[in-house]
Amino acid sequence: MSHFIDRRLNAKNKSSVNRQRFLNRHKEQIKRSIDHVITDRSVTDVSSGENITIPKRDLSEPIFHHANDGQRQRVHPGNDQFQQGDKIERPKQSGGQGAGDGNASDQGEGEDEFTFEISHDEYLDLLFEDLALPNLEAKQNADAQEFKTTRHGFSEVGLPNNINIVRSLKKSISRRIALTGSTKRELTALEEQLAALEQSSGENYQARKSLEAQIQQCKERINRVPFIDDFDLQFNHYARTPVPSSKAVMFCIMDVSGSMDQETKDIAKRFYILLYLFLSRTYQTTEVVYIRHHTQAKEVDEHEFFYSQETGGTVVSSALRLMHKIQQQRYPTSQWNVYAAQASDGDNWNDDTPLCKEVIEQDLLPNTRYFSYIEITKSSHQSMWHCYQKISELYPEFAIKHIKERADIYPIFRELFATS
Amino acid sequence: MTNQSATKFKDCEWTFEKLEYFDSIISEVACSFGLTTYPNQIEIISSEQMMDAYSSVGMPIGYNHWSYGKKFIQTQQNYHRGQMGLAYEIVINSNPCISYLMEENSMTMQALVIAHACYGHNSFFKNNYLFTTWTDADSIIDYLVFAKKFVSDCEEKYGVDAVENTLDSCHALMNLGVDRYKRPAKISLHEEKNRQDEREAFLQAQVNDLWRTVPKSKHVEECSNKHRFPQQPQENILYFIEKNAPLLKSWQRELVRIVRKVAQYFYPQRQTQVMNEGWATFWHYTIINTLFDEGKVDNSFILEFLHHHTNVVYQPPYNSPYYSGINPYTLGFAMFQDIKRICEDPTDEDKVWFPDIAGSDWLHTLHFACKNFKDESFISQYLSPHLIRELKLFNTVDDDKNNFIEIDAIHNEQGYLKIREALSQQYNLSYLEPNIQIHRVDITGDRSITLRHYGHHNISLGENIDEMLKHLYRLWGFEVILESESEGGKVSEITRCPKAPSPE
Repeated sequence: MSHFIDRRLNAKNKSSVNRQRFLNRHKEQIKRSIDHVITDRSVTDVSSGENITIPKRDLSEPIFHHANDGQRQRVHPGNDQFQQGDKIERPKQSGGQGAGDGNASDQGEGEDEFTFEISHDEYLDLLFEDLALPNLEAKQNADAQEFKTTRHGFSEVGLPNNINIVRSLKKSISRRIALTGSTKRELTALEEQLAALEQSSGENYQARKSLEAQIQQCKERINRVPFIDDFDLQFNHYARTPVPSSKAVMFCIMDVSGSMDQETKDIAKRFYILLYLFLSRTYQTTEVVYIRHHTQAKEVDEHEFFYSQETGGTVVSSALRLMHKIQQQRYPTSQWNVYAAQASDGDNWNDDTPLCKEVIEQDLLPNTRYFSYIEITKSSHQSMWHCYQKISELYPEFAIKHIKERADIYPIFRELFATS
Repeated sequence: MTNQSATKFKDCEWTFEKLEYFDSIISEVACSFGLTTYPNQIEIISSEQMMDAYSSVGMPIGYNHWSYGKKFIQTQQNYHRGQMGLAYEIVINSNPCISYLMEENSMTMQALVIAHACYGHNSFFKNNYLFTTWTDADSIIDYLVFAKKFVSDCEEKYGVDAVENTLDSCHALMNLGVDRYKRPAKISLHEEKNRQDEREAFLQAQVNDLWRTVPKSKHVEECSNKHRFPQQPQENILYFIEKNAPLLKSWQRELVRIVRKVAQYFYPQRQTQVMNEGWATFWHYTIINTLFDEGKVDNSFILEFLHHHTNVVYQPPYNSPYYSGINPYTLGFAMFQDIKRICEDPTDEDKVWFPDIAGSDWLHTLHFACKNFKDESFISQYLSPHLIRELKLFNTVDDDKNNFIEIDAIHNEQGYLKIREALSQQYNLSYLEPNIQIHRVDITGDRSITLRHYGHHNISLGENIDEMLKHLYRLWGFEVILESESEGGKVSEITRCPKAPSPE
């Protein structure tokens, strides 16, 4: 007799542990593959997984096997032309079909790379492995000013609209039982006496009268116990608990003066992509504000930010002031985690640099979680770098890095956000 | 079709009710043909679960290892790209015999699969001598549960990496971890657990004893000649390592043992591919056709069945782009059909070639063949000239000394024996795999181990021997030397690990 079992509802990911083992084992190669991929990914494409390619030699499982030499025999089906003793040319790809194992042909040479897809989550995990948001832990709950109201048991005082009816009535019933119990017993006893008297014939008018009076008294006593009393009332109690903010805003500040060419902007863009991916992985909502500046700053949309060209001088403080203004108006720190990333080629009008320092130190840093500045230039540093360097020594949440070419982006990003 | 049951199940969708009905009628027919089986446990699974089953190489419960993850990713990739379809079923040699059926199959397919796996393969597992002597269907599931738990315990105790390294090395040597001739002891979970501690202590003592004294080096030559260790060359390398490797921890020995047991469990399957598939295919074909003759299934059912059956036994000719060797289903099915034909309706030729079975009772002859052969001996016993002609078999000889391939034999009077011999050898595992044995261990000197490869037909070892020796070195812990002995008896060292500092 056979026994049928429906296993279709069982968990299907029996292999996920093994799959994870495989990914761990080949982490190095996979990471290399990801590093390669990130540089040619577009800014909008953040939701898909990634194809990973690993050289096949890295994951072979060796066994002892025969080489393709020596003398070997093999029987084939479907002879249509050969006679015994015929000599035929050796086919070109015969290598894979030697007298080795039966399925040699599908493991033949030529396939030297192993490509597979990892999911979006696995991709991000690998991409941001060992990275953590700077400053997150220290400030986690300390300055959270957003509260959520949650049920928190019951209380005896409260607003009428929070009355918990069931609990209140329960208390009322139990109070009434407690207060009237003895009286009720008395009442029953009296009623029994009265009934006995009525049964027996004879003159007992007096006795009956007094019994009836006593019964009346008992009933009144019972009735005097109120149906509901103040201390029966039970109210739902709510408490306010602080919630860490799950929203982040990211300010992208970029210099678009004549000295910034498209190549430099592209590098900056990639840095922003990474930062965006990184934040969106940690926060439920991540908003992006693009501020570009030359001598004046302006809030723009993404396309204009990256692709429109302007000319003119450079006044960095204008952008910083605008950022402060926008942040104060629209992104109060009680609800938003503020991150800023500034990219520039290092040009600034010299007299403006002290101003920048002032704005950053007094207005921005107290309100931001992290402020990163990347300078994309191949030439030597100018006054702004030196000024920023001083700030970064004083404030841990302010970081500056120097990027020379595309390949630097990812390592520097890791450096900025690596957990110590 | 007037029969009620045939019309009752016209719809091609399967239900559990229908499955049970078909199982019962198939079981009846199977019984009437004398098939004996383990009880069946039939599990319906989805395609994702089938991929899981695939990647654990036919073990219903497997310990965790990255290579199964790799297998899974490969299967998934190929399946999603449409490069391969999944098998309709997977069947496991256990008692009760577990078969996985895919939910996507139509009712006809499910019936085919039940006949094929639950009665064909199942009866082969129960009756073939290789399976009954070398594997223990009753305890394999328990053993795999034990193995999985042991491996995960080890991972907790000693770290995933340490366990993985050991397993990697064992997997590499897996094919050399089977007893080819000696009948292995049966495995049972109970004993396994009881004896594990005992074995640990005992083994460690053995090993310590073996390595206890290191005599002075000038006596080494005489000593090694007098007390050669091992006395006979050892073919089961993993067994030898488990018992004798000096530096392995006892948990590592147990891991070696697990891999060895699993290898041994699968060894009969690798030796009976043609027979096993042929037997199952023969029986699904015979059983379903009997059902049709009895009027229990209708025309549309039998047409769909024949369509699938034909796909299964299709053999592309040697010059087809789809050709990848001989299809074991075709060969096995054709051979069993051919035996039946020889029994029932022998020609004069058959009477000369098979005097003992020509005209005998086909059912009896078939059961005898199923019980007592493996691929190699089955082919050399039963491959008939008639079948050689039908499949138009020819034998090629490819010698690297020549710049051509010679057609050695074709399907004619002079070629039959040669082809039979060559095809039989093609399924002889000891020819397909390099014959490597443990030749000598220098127990009095540097503890190095020497392996010897016995070559034939001038075929040398593949290029990854250095990798392999590293794995062996990891397990053995001391120098590993690989020698080769040619057919002429000439011995030469191929390589060693760790590499000698510089050759003089």
